[in-house]
Amino acid sequence: MAQRFWKNKTAVGTVFFVVLIALLGILAPWIAPNDPYAADILHKYESMSAQFPLGTDHLGRCLLSRLLYGIRPTLGLAILTMLGTIGLGALMGLLAGYFRGWVEEIIMRVVDVMLSFPSQVMVFAVVALLGVSVQNVVLANVFIKWAWYARMIRTGVMQYRDKNFIQFSRCIGTPEWFILARHLLPSIAADLAVLASLDVGWAIINISTLSFLGLGVQAPTPEWGAMLNEAKNVLTSNPSQMVIPGVAIVALVSVFNLMGDALRDVLDPKEVVE
Amino acid sequence: MITVEHVCVSFRSEHQKKWFGSSRTQVLFDVNLTIPKGSCVGILGESGSGKSTLGRVICGLLKPDSGNVSIDGVSIYGDKKGKKLLQQKLSVVFQDYTTSANPRFSMKEILLEGIRARERKGEQVKDVDAELSHLLSLVGLDDSFLPRFPHELSGGQLQRVCIARAVACKPELILFDEAISSLDAHTQVQIMDLLQELKEKLSLTYLFITHDLTSITYLCDEVLFLYHGHVTDHRPVSTLSQTTDDYAKKLLQSIFIYDNEKLDEAAATAAGL
Repeated sequence: MAQRFWKNKTAVGTVFFVVLIALLGILAPWIAPNDPYAADILHKYESMSAQFPLGTDHLGRCLLSRLLYGIRPTLGLAILTMLGTIGLGALMGLLAGYFRGWVEEIIMRVVDVMLSFPSQVMVFAVVALLGVSVQNVVLANVFIKWAWYARMIRTGVMQYRDKNFIQFSRCIGTPEWFILARHLLPSIAADLAVLASLDVGWAIINISTLSFLGLGVQAPTPEWGAMLNEAKNVLTSNPSQMVIPGVAIVALVSVFNLMGDALRDVLDPKEVVE
Repeated sequence: MITVEHVCVSFRSEHQKKWFGSSRTQVLFDVNLTIPKGSCVGILGESGSGKSTLGRVICGLLKPDSGNVSIDGVSIYGDKKGKKLLQQKLSVVFQDYTTSANPRFSMKEILLEGIRARERKGEQVKDVDAELSHLLSLVGLDDSFLPRFPHELSGGQLQRVCIARAVACKPELILFDEAISSLDAHTQVQIMDLLQELKEKLSLTYLFITHDLTSITYLCDEVLFLYHGHVTDHRPVSTLSQTTDDYAKKLLQSIFIYDNEKLDEAAATAAGL
């Protein structure tokens, strides 16, 4: 598998890019040229220079520093959301797909109800209900999105639950946790990895959207969506203000989506059998 | 050891005549079967005759609509205790060896699952490594197979490992669901010889589900003919030729005809030379 990973250029490239971005975010205090919170109103909307490599924003804060510090909330919250969604979705999907019967009925009917609401509107509703804060944004995203993953993972589990090796385990009375954890979970791991990387892309967009609308990360914390929000006021006079966080979001989301596709090729169970 | 009494099984039909209809297709009609300890019983039938369904019922994976399956006098669908008893005494080998083993497990892990089942019965396995090589030697393989994965083995080898896994649970009864049908003729004979040897060594009881009459005559003491869910005949293999049932006769004839054709062919080629 490691061999197939190294052969797949897209997989190597995208994973490398994501790791690089994550490192930049972690090391932001040491590599950022300026303090991201230091306002200097006299130098606002400055263009690129040695002191401010990407220029300054409407309060004269260094854009590059804010971009680097912004990786932490943007990527961190997205990964947190992904872990929550995939965790809850995988658990529910495994239970529904493996046990069938009334367990499946209950879980899948709840899923049906969740899926019948437009997700974006539901996120707003949950945030409005719980109050505007970062935790609530993550909670809302997990709460809305898990049903999608539960349904997809259940389908994956159903493909495997009638396979002979699981039938054998059930025949000889292997404990249920062993079947779930050692047989089923690894079998759907490839699907999970793909779903997870696609979900990170979705979560980045969604958290940025909420921040852009003022419902997520609050000023002055540097977050890419919030930066876009601040820049939109000067869209006509200083369009470059919007380009920088905008390009950053687009690039990161595209990389996660590409990574999802590449991981699917690398982890394809058909090739494992081969 | 196992008694199957008046078992009927039906499935909900895919095509319902009415909206939200609940018409069912019956696949097993009042099947009765006794498997005495130490015997080898064959279930013979063409595809779709319900023989694998009967296998699933006996495994405890499919609860019949009516009727009773009991092991040593304890009903297996009655309560948890009966099912547990069945799980301790029964083991299975499936037809399709490609899906019989988890493709992500090495042979060692595959066999360990069987050994763990034995440990659940309260038996301590002290030297696991020795036990693993003992199991592999039982089926004619050596230790070098332990770290290998299913896709690195041939069909016959993998089926042997599946048999070793079934034996690893220390069962009293092993159910073979078309376990050798997907192998080539030469390997089939090898595996059947192996099964016979194991049966004597470990005093096992076999239930053999197949569509292949020759393998039944090779291995079994008794045979049960299943046709469209009905038991048409049940007799010892030694009196097979005296069967009164039409379907069983047809099956027997088809083999003889096939053999005759082969004879003719052989004669024709001999004449040609």
